[in-house]
Amino acid sequence: MKRLFKTYLEKPELAGLILLVLLIILFQVRSHGVFLNQDNLRGILGILPEAGLVAIGVTILMISGEFDLSVGSVFALMPMTMAVLMVHGWPFPLALLAGLLVSAAIGFINGYITIRFAIPSFITTLGMLFMARSLTVVVSGGFPPLLPADLPNWLFTSFVGPGNMFRMSFLWFAAVALLTSLMLSRTNFGNWIKATGGFLPAAAAMGIPTARVKIVCFMLCSVLSGFAGMLQVLRLGSPLPSIGEGMELQAVASAVIGGASLLGGIGTVMGGIIGTTLIRVIDNGLVLSHVDANWFKFAIGFLTIFAVVANAWMRKRAKAIKMEG
Amino acid sequence: MSDAIISVRDLHKWYSGVHALKGVTLDFKRGEALGLVGDNGAGKSTLINILSGVHRADQGEIKVEGRAVSIATPRDAMDLGIETIYQYNSMVPTMSIARNLFIGREPTRFSVLGVGILDQKKMAEESVRAIANVDLHLRSPDALVGELSGGQRQGVAIARAMHFKSKVMILDEPTNHLSVKETNKVIGFVRGLKEQGVTGVFISHNMHHVFECCDRIVAMARGEVVLDKRIGDTSIDEVHGVL
Repeated sequence: MKRLFKTYLEKPELAGLILLVLLIILFQVRSHGVFLNQDNLRGILGILPEAGLVAIGVTILMISGEFDLSVGSVFALMPMTMAVLMVHGWPFPLALLAGLLVSAAIGFINGYITIRFAIPSFITTLGMLFMARSLTVVVSGGFPPLLPADLPNWLFTSFVGPGNMFRMSFLWFAAVALLTSLMLSRTNFGNWIKATGGFLPAAAAMGIPTARVKIVCFMLCSVLSGFAGMLQVLRLGSPLPSIGEGMELQAVASAVIGGASLLGGIGTVMGGIIGTTLIRVIDNGLVLSHVDANWFKFAIGFLTIFAVVANAWMRKRAKAIKMEG
Repeated sequence: MSDAIISVRDLHKWYSGVHALKGVTLDFKRGEALGLVGDNGAGKSTLINILSGVHRADQGEIKVEGRAVSIATPRDAMDLGIETIYQYNSMVPTMSIARNLFIGREPTRFSVLGVGILDQKKMAEESVRAIANVDLHLRSPDALVGELSGGQRQGVAIARAMHFKSKVMILDEPTNHLSVKETNKVIGFVRGLKEQGVTGVFISHNMHHVFECCDRIVAMARGEVVLDKRIGDTSIDEVHGVL
């Protein structure tokens, strides 16, 4: 037991992982083996990268001690920007670059305003949620523009791998997950992110440029969200201005279920991914087990509260044990 | 004054109309433990914040080892060898001891534009040595700082300052919120600075603590230095009298 608690403190995503395994077993049994068959897995893995990339950005930002509610709107604005530019004859790579720059700019504005005026990022990004969503509808002119036919889908959405198991988007997701994970745990910048979110006065006193660290995290979060939105639009084939609605809260739920602390300083990229996977698995598993799909949001809500309560309790226990030992 | 490691001349600071420092002139002598005392608002924190790069003076001159310097950021102060340990603790509780020791000064194996891969082996080895050097006995450098007691945390902060070869260590109320036993430990650390050739600046409300571990005492009141004497030439009563 002692050992378990100790491991837990070092790996806050552990509880989520255990729950994930239990749920997979449960759904596999309840669905009479359909859950883990190839077609169903392909379905889950095909859409996981979109929510997963957003969750990675939100998790890292949360570790730095801030919060982003505008990710769902950026998710829609980035591909809409691209689509409108392409309708005006821009080639795909240039439109992609412009879309990523728009996302980065939104992240910068979120971070700059939050820090410059010392207001909660909850408010800044809530404002940005409405503004970016509105911009999405305005630039689309009310009608989703038609995407050109010659898009590089082979690079983003085509199925690849043994048995065509994955979409290309999954490889992008895996690469981003690996790189951000290494950044957080193995680089000095990762150390600064954790220090900034863990205890801001100490980080500042030790000479860490905390404002810059936070702004970079805001920008990373926005860029990942925009990129994820593009993946979804390429998969669906049409840039709907309404995509990504409600995504910001699911991303926060993912991060929290994966062990990230709302107060900053604690969390892992892997945790955010586990949280996202849990949500996707529940979404899919409920349907396969013939449970009314309207229970989905209930399950996510319950899980979020449960995760935070369990995390708080475990952290307290782990601390008590370490004090004694 | 060749033996002054830091000398400040006629330092002034205004905070939105309040004249917080009124022309402070002071020499910090090499290898000396200096106790800085004064009531709240006497200007001692202002002076320390200027020396540690948190605030900038509006007027006046600071010399470190005889050279005029400009201290604009905490990093500038650290690069000059001035390390500050704050009462609220300059540690991140959610991070390990090894990581805390190197915050902002992480050894990297290679780096691009200041961002690089951490040399974790070096961090682990050096933190074990740094902690042992201040006579602190901790099980592992991987333990979280949040698990340590207040005194142990101050010990780690001091170990960090020693490791980066600081020449001047400023301890801003390091014994606040500590138990008697822990306080004695911190006072022991301050005494130990002298042997390592480090200048200590010890700020405290508690006159007994200052008299216990310092060579010289400087008292401030209303933004000015009102007393500056060797410990042997003064008494607690005299210091209380001028405050």
